Parts: sequence; structure tokens; C-alpha cells
Amino acid sequence: MTDITDLEVREGVDRETVETVQNMGSYKYGWNTEIEMDYAPKGVNEDIVRLISKKNDEPEWMTEWRLEAYRRWVTMTEPKWAMLNYPEIDYQDQYYYARPASMTEKPKSLDEVDPKLLATYEKLGIPLREQMILAGVEGAEDAPAEGRRVAVDAVFDSVSLGTTFKDELAKAGVIFCSISEAIREHPELVKRYLGSVVPQSDNYFATLNSAVFSDGSFVYIPPGVKCPMELSTYFRINAENTGQFERTLIIADKGSHVSYLEGCTAPKRDTNQLHAAVVELVILEDAEIKYSTVQNWFPGDEDGKGGIYNFVTKRADCRGDRAKVMWTQVETGSAITWKYPSCILRGNESQGEFYSIAIANNHQQADTGTKMIHLGKNTRSRIVSKGISAGHAQNTYRGLVTMHPRATNSRNYTQCDSLLIGDKCGAHTVPYIEVKNTSSRVEHEATTSKVDDDQLFYCRSRGMDEEEAVALVVNGFCREVLQALPMEFAMEAQALVAISLEGSVG
Amino acid sequence: MSESAVQELQTPQVSGTARPAGALDARLAQLDLPQGGFSARARADALSRLRAAGLPGPRDEYWRYTDPRPFTAASPQALPVDGGPESPLFAARDKLTLVFVDGLFDAAASDDLSLEGVEITTLAQADQAGSHWAADLYGALELAGQSPVSRPFATLNTAAARDGLLIRVTGKPAKPVHVLHRRGSEGADAVWHHVIRVESGAELTLLESGVVGARSNGVIEADLAQGAKLHHITAKRANDPKVGLSHLFARVGAEAVLKSFALVVNGTTMRHEAIVDMVGDDAVAHVAAAVLGDGNVGPFHHDDTVFITHGALRGESRQVFKKVLKNGAVGVFQGKILVKNGAQKTDGYQISQALLLDEASQFLAKPELEIYADDVKCSHGSTTGAIDEDALFYLRSRGVPHERAIVFLVLSFLADALEEVEDETLRDEINERLDAWLTDRPRG
Repeated sequence: MTDITDLEVREGVDRETVETVQNMGSYKYGWNTEIEMDYAPKGVNEDIVRLISKKNDEPEWMTEWRLEAYRRWVTMTEPKWAMLNYPEIDYQDQYYYARPASMTEKPKSLDEVDPKLLATYEKLGIPLREQMILAGVEGAEDAPAEGRRVAVDAVFDSVSLGTTFKDELAKAGVIFCSISEAIREHPELVKRYLGSVVPQSDNYFATLNSAVFSDGSFVYIPPGVKCPMELSTYFRINAENTGQFERTLIIADKGSHVSYLEGCTAPKRDTNQLHAAVVELVILEDAEIKYSTVQNWFPGDEDGKGGIYNFVTKRADCRGDRAKVMWTQVETGSAITWKYPSCILRGNESQGEFYSIAIANNHQQADTGTKMIHLGKNTRSRIVSKGISAGHAQNTYRGLVTMHPRATNSRNYTQCDSLLIGDKCGAHTVPYIEVKNTSSRVEHEATTSKVDDDQLFYCRSRGMDEEEAVALVVNGFCREVLQALPMEFAMEAQALVAISLEGSVG
Repeated sequence: MSESAVQELQTPQVSGTARPAGALDARLAQLDLPQGGFSARARADALSRLRAAGLPGPRDEYWRYTDPRPFTAASPQALPVDGGPESPLFAARDKLTLVFVDGLFDAAASDDLSLEGVEITTLAQADQAGSHWAADLYGALELAGQSPVSRPFATLNTAAARDGLLIRVTGKPAKPVHVLHRRGSEGADAVWHHVIRVESGAELTLLESGVVGARSNGVIEADLAQGAKLHHITAKRANDPKVGLSHLFARVGAEAVLKSFALVVNGTTMRHEAIVDMVGDDAVAHVAAAVLGDGNVGPFHHDDTVFITHGALRGESRQVFKKVLKNGAVGVFQGKILVKNGAQKTDGYQISQALLLDEASQFLAKPELEIYADDVKCSHGSTTGAIDEDALFYLRSRGVPHERAIVFLVLSFLADALEEVEDETLRDEINERLDAWLTDRPRG
């Protein structure tokens, strides 16, 4: 990255914007870590499922749970309703388990972790050392020390490398560890909540995940606790031909509060790689979870070669009254995105919010949106979705808002805007709206437009070049969502927005 | 698990289109399939397409919100023959009235077919010959409208329709053509198929009213040449517990204008589909409906499914759908604007709104946009809610009685849809009828 100190930054233009426009390189995280890996044999069958379970030292009930999912999966067919076009996936031509050889013996602390792995995360800008640091922003080492602290769980291919700030979190009663550790250490919690939001039988990809998930994060926030720091998981796919199947379970007990960040990258490869994650959020009375994602898996090259196939099931269950969940996502990566973070608003007066920026450039295809299922009285939901298409990309918003007959006096507001850059791309909106009681109000608005010529002209007349002008207009278009992100992520996201659109103008 | 067991479990999941065997055969057996004359080839083609596609099942995505079974059943439920008064809606105007009894043309009850600027024949009569100008259109627009979503009931119609009108408009006729439906028997399955060709610069207003068969399936194929205008207004008998399907397939040429408006009041189980293909530059298409549904009058389920394709420059499309629902009435709206690559400067707008007057009613909507051109202005809105309490309070504070205030608010809610009726006198008449229905004055 070029040094930006000697760069003249005009008034009113974000440094990040200029910086990223300047650094019009390609995908930043496309390098590969040369490291010795242990693989399970290619393909998936009952033996592989048992093997994954054994590698994680899982108890018998967990193995059975996985096998049950696997047996169901073989009877299912891949869903085809999304506006996505990709060649048939050969599920037997993937590795379902890969772990750095050095992780065979679980390291007791980060000091024992292979320095190559630590260097990987350092290069990604992910702080694994417990230090005061502003996460996610490159060059942040020089940032002022008052930056917020973030506890990180780093997942490398199939295994969790380690979790930071564990002791300090434990003092507050917060459990933050890898899901494999949680299965061993906190079986009562896992048994009670795993699969309770996204059941094993939920959908093709979630069922596959239930059978073969290798690792992921587990969070439990006890009643009345406001988590003392932000929690973060950083996913890295490194090995070739390896599917990543992580599983995240977060439980916010009564009156608790947590903000969780998730980031992901992968090396540049010519072949497509499969990623099928499941995230379950359980929110009890008066609790709140804020879940933010910056998804930056390798999107494939300009010709659409390679890239991650991202099939993700994310769902939040607001079980208690006044529970609140907020999903914020910035989706810039992946060749294929199939993702619908959802909210089940079961408790009375519970709230769900969904803020999304989905950017598809080159040959990327994104089919993403949310479901707001209003079951309790006086429930509220809000959807703000911004889709940007450029190059030859296809971007679809697909969402469902349903007001159950008993969900009286509930409200939903949906806004989905699409921006088209160039005449070879597509932007689509497929909302489903089901209203089954009269005291609720549902409003849906959608617009599709291009970058406004007048706005561009204005920016150009102020001396900006076209790339800068577009970046500025696009940042403005995304503003409502960027504002909903935690500060560190907002900065990273803003930079990503510009990067993802590189080469789409002119 | 054995291979065969896997297969068995997969079947219902794939498309959810598992249908009772022979449903289509049973349905076809009840219809007297004409062999056709000029339309023979189109009918044979439709029949083979229908056999290949089958009828929709309850789990078809395209039938997510409307149960297709009333339409797939072998025969309809009988309804009493309605000899009630004709709707007074179009009564006052000078028009050419053509009467259809259970979907068949009744020459004795109809006006003479001659009208300056229009050439009208009936499908049954034209089919006695092997050639006709409508041969290029009959079933052709229906076929074009089968992609990307199949509409098997329209295909069934092409194969089975025994009568209809073939209208070629070459000028600007002095009065509208009025299709008046009558129910001649209790268990009639009325199937009719109109073909309308509006030549360059010509104009036609088509009115539809009356009492259709216990179960109806109507198709209109409309081809609008450059600068042509077609204004279509339909208002069938209110409070009639009919089961019906209708399809409007329109091809709109350069600078042509299509306007279609439907007024629906109570009693019906109905799906109306409008499939509009805008093929010429600067074409205009407006599709609208005002729907009142009171479940107490009889089961009410009304589905508007609209698919507008912009395939040329500077097209303007409007979809305006307003539904007022109470006592368990169900309103459905599935609308789509598809802008093809290259259809720049398209202006597409879609609004679907429901006013739910009680807890028992439902509104289900799927308003879609699919856009492949960048220099376009497309938007859609969908809202569902109850009567605005503030507005009600305001009216009450101005001395308007509660019941009357509700009527005012319902009428103002419907106003946007009524705006799509160009003829102001007619618009006012419709407004008056709505007022009468809402205040429960004598029905008609």
C-alpha cells in the first residue's frame, strides 16, 4: 500500500477513498500461506463425518447429531430458485477437513502457534496479540491508543487457532471460544441451543454444514452482562479445494448485550471453493446482539475465473420480549453469494434490523436479502438494502416480511435501492410481503437507478477525477448502512466499496 | 439408504409440482375441444404444450399465494343463473354491445357487428374457414408470454376456447365496443378468447361487464401497432361468487398506448394476469385495478399477477393496484418489471397497496424488479395497513359521521387506481358506484 502521507487529500474527500482509488491493485488478500496441511480424504460420507467429529474430540451425541444431518442431506436436492448461474458443484470433489499440520497438538497459548500462521493474520491486519489496536484497518498500528479492544477468534481453514482476551472475558462471565471447545467444555449450553434456530433439516447447505462443520465460534453472554469488548471472528480459507464449513452460535441471555464482528478472506485461486456456514443467534428477554459482517472472500478474477461459492444460513431468534438483533453486512467478495440473514421476532416488542451493502463487480453474482418473521405483538423491523452492480455482475435482493395474525401492532419498513454502473450488469428485487393482520403496517420501497450524471458532473467540476467522483457518490448511496456499522468496520467497508468497484468506470 | 429410496424422497422436493394423475385429462374431458379452422394449428400446438407442462399444483412457486385447485378441478361448482339487472355502469353511454352467454356469442342479443373503423368477426364463425388475418396472432402472443414463467391455463384456453371476438381496428370508431357477459346455465365452464389488432394510429375502447359463467377462463391477445391505442375497462357483476381466470397478453409497438383497468367488487375467487411486452420505442402501458373484497358477501380471493417487459427505448409502464379487504378477504399482488439489456431510459413504476379493515383479512405481495439496463428509472412501493386513525379523527372532528368518514378514506385510497381511467365521466361513475357499494345502498 502506498504511503498516503505525501498524498494531497482534498477537502471533503475521505482519505480512505483516495487511498483505495490510488491503490487500484487487485484483490488484496489473494496471497497464499505455504504451510503443511493435514487433509481428510476428498469427498463426504459417513466416515468423513465421523472423522471430523473424532478430530474435534467430540462426544458421542455430537457425532450422532452430525450423522443424522448427513443422512438427511443425502436425501435433499440443492435449491435452484435463486437468480444464480453456476456449474454443478461436485460435492465429492472437495476436502471437508484441512488443518495446519502444526495444529495436531492443540497449542495451549498463542505463543505456541506456528509463527507462519501468526504472520498470516498479521498480514491480514488481524490482531491476535492482545494489544490495544484498531481492528481491520491497515496501517492501524500507528492509530491512537484509545482504540477499542476487540477479542478475536481466528479460524484457519477447518480449525480455530486461538481466541484472545479469554481471561478478561471470563471475569465478566462471558464465554468466547471455538465451537469445538464449547462442545467439550459446555455441552449443556451447546446441546440446548445448537440447531434450535437453524435445525439440521433447515435447507440443503445448512444440513451439509450440520454434518461436516469443523469449527467456528461460540459465545455465551450471561444475564445482565454487557460484553466488555467487541468480539470478532476472522475466517481465512487457505488450502486448495477445501470447503469451509463454520458454525457460529451466540447466546445472549436475559438483559445482556454483545457486538460481534465477522471478517473473511481467501487466496486467489483458479478453481471455485465452497463455503457453507451457519450462524445461529439466540436472544432472550431484553438482550441485544449486533452482528456485523464484512465478507471479502476472493470474488474471482475479471473474467469470472475462480472465487468462493458462499452459501450461508444466518438466523436470529428473538425468543424473549424486547429482544433486539441487528444484522449489518457488507458483501463485496465471493463469486456466488446466497445469503439471507433472518430475524424471527417471537418475543413481544422484539426488534430486528437488517442493513446491507452488496456489491457485485466483474462476473460476481449475489442473491441476498433477509427474512423478517413477525410472530410477537408490537414487533418492529427495518430493512435497508443497497445493491450495487458493475461489470457483468448480477445482484438480487430477495426478502420476506411476514406479519403473523397474532403479531398485532407491528411495523416493518423496507427500503431496497439498487445502483447500476455500466450497461452489462443487472439489479433485481424480489420481495415477498405477507400481511395477516390489520393493525400492523408494512411499507416497502425500492428504486433502481444509475450514478446520477448531475452528481458526477458536480464532483468532476470540483476537480475530482471520475473514479474519485464515483467512489464518493457510491459512498453516499451506502451511507445509511455504513453508519450502522461499528466504527472500525465502517472504515474498512468504505475502503472495500471503492476497491470492489475498481475498473468499473470509464 | 438404497438408491431407489433416495429417488422417492427427492421427487416431491424438486419443484413441488406433483399432481394427481389424470387431473389434466379429467379437466380436458369436461371441455368440448374445438378442432378449429384457421386456428387449428395453434390449438393443436397449445394442446401438446399443455400436455407437456401439465396444470399447476399447489406447491408451484408461481401459485404461492393462490390455490390453483378451483381452476384445475374437473368441473366448476354450480351457481344460480343470474337474471338480475345489467350493471348500470356503462348504461348511459353509446356503445356497440356484443353479448356472450357462457363464453359463446349470442348474435340475437347483440348489436349489429358493423362499426366504422373496426372489423369484427367471431372466433367460431371465422374458424369455419382455413385462413383469417388473426391466424398470425391467435395463440402467438399467449405462446410468447409463456416464458420465463409458464401460464398453463392460458394454453388451455388457446386449445379449448370455442368463441371470442376477432377485432381489427383501422380507424377511430365513434363508440366503444362493449362485451356483455351472461350466465346461461348453472355449471358453465366459460372459455373465450379475443384477438385484437389495433393498426397504426388507430384507437379502441373495450368495455367488459356482466355475469360470467360459474367458472370462467378468458384470454385477450392484443397487438398494438405503432401509435395505436387500446383502452380496456372491465367491471364484472359485483357480489357474484364466480371462480375465474383471465389473461391479457399485449404486445405494444412504438408510441402505442395500452391502458387496462379492472374494477372488482366482492364475491369472487379470481386471478387476473397481465403480460405486457413493450417492443417499440416510446411505448406506454398502464395496468391498474381497484378491488373491494368483503368476505361476508362470500369467500373472496383476488390475485393480480402482472409481468411487464421493457424491450425498447424510453418505455413508460405503470402498475397501480389498490385493494380494500375485510372479513377474511384475501388480496394478492405479484408484479414484475423486467427491463432488458439495452432498454435505456425506461421509466417503470409499480405500486401495490392494501387497506385491511379488520384482523381477519390478508394481503400477500411479491413486487419484483429485474433490471439489465443502467440508464433507467424504476421503482416500486408496497404498503399494507389499516385506516389512518389521524385522518379518521380529523374527519370526525369536522363533523363527518364515523361510517361516512371511513367511506371517504376508502375512496381516497382507491383514487390513484381510478386515475388510470381516462374518461372522466366514467371515472366519476365508477366512484359513485364504489360509494354506493361502500355505504351499502342497493347493490348492482
